[in-house]
Amino acid sequence: MSRPAHRRPEYHKINKDLFVLTYGALVAQLCKDYEKDEDVNKYLDTMGYGIGTRLVEDFLARSCVGRCHSYSEIADIIAQVAFKMYLGITPTVTCNNASRNEFSLILDKNPLVEFVEELPTGRSSLCYCNLLCGIIRGALEMVHLAADVTFLQDRLKGDSVTEIGITFLKKLDEKKYRRKK
Amino acid sequence: MADEALFLLLHNEMVSGVYKSAEQGEVENGRCITKLENMGFRVGQGLIERFTKDTARFKDELDIMKFICKDFWTTVFKKQIDNLRTNHQGIYVLQDNKFRLLTQMSAGKQYLEHASKYLAFTCGLIRGGLSNLGIKSIVTAEVSSMPACKLTSYFLTNVFSSYLSGLVVFVSCFCYLEDI
Repeated sequence: MSRPAHRRPEYHKINKDLFVLTYGALVAQLCKDYEKDEDVNKYLDTMGYGIGTRLVEDFLARSCVGRCHSYSEIADIIAQVAFKMYLGITPTVTCNNASRNEFSLILDKNPLVEFVEELPTGRSSLCYCNLLCGIIRGALEMVHLAADVTFLQDRLKGDSVTEIGITFLKKLDEKKYRRKK
Repeated sequence: MADEALFLLLHNEMVSGVYKSAEQGEVENGRCITKLENMGFRVGQGLIERFTKDTARFKDELDIMKFICKDFWTTVFKKQIDNLRTNHQGIYVLQDNKFRLLTQMSAGKQYLEHASKYLAFTCGLIRGGLSNLGIKSIVTAEVSSMPACKLTSYFLTNVFSSYLSGLVVFVSCFCYLEDI
């Protein structure tokens, strides 16, 4: 995949700005439409789920990652390959519990909030980047992995870092498919 | 850059989300299109600011439209506008024969009635971009065969144009209502 040599570097950045600005306009519109923060959060999560179910196909086609053998491998791939590919950042992965099914992605730089100074007044429990949670959840479900994805910490709410928690639940449907065969 | 896939999917989800939360009826359809157009307006304003930060001052309106057709369109949709026509009196028609947001939908007449929903955001994008370059305008879109589309922008520069634009808005509202 070669890029034309005359392309100015700013174009690449502006392309990313398009997504970030569109997302901002979307959240602003949602805040106008819904009074409660929970409704906005739920809507963003549902939207993200729809995007994630389709994005995972694009991801698998572009990245050609092989089959994963553990949850920590999956978390690593999400952080180091998927996030890098779509948002240009690499969050760090930490494992939160001994049974190795709860992970955290810690983002020190979040491109989605590049133009956000602070949450609007009266919207203190708004999860601005909830779309990301929905995307991860939708993508994982398409590869037969049920997971709970939420924001554990959010810089916009005053925490020191932005942390996304992924909790892998029981694997979906694998046994059912085997039985059918 | 993989960003394109993200933006395409987000745009499609936005369109379906806006329509899902609206009730049936022609009035609602107009409201949804307005919502999408307004979102595009905000994005267009911000985008054109960042884009033209270091470019030279534009000589005239035609220069601005050429910028939109070449640089702006290339950055946002990875290709240039295929055809720009004007009557030199404030009406510009941009033709894109392979509009990025419609290529995945169909090639021909299938789903033609839904095409206008997917163009509302882009109309707003152009209107927002022009607005921050000092031009008040109205942008409408028409699709006769996917994925080609025609975007027409009417510059509101003087009283006569305003009168004309009032007429255009009236007529284009009809078109939006009749298309669906």
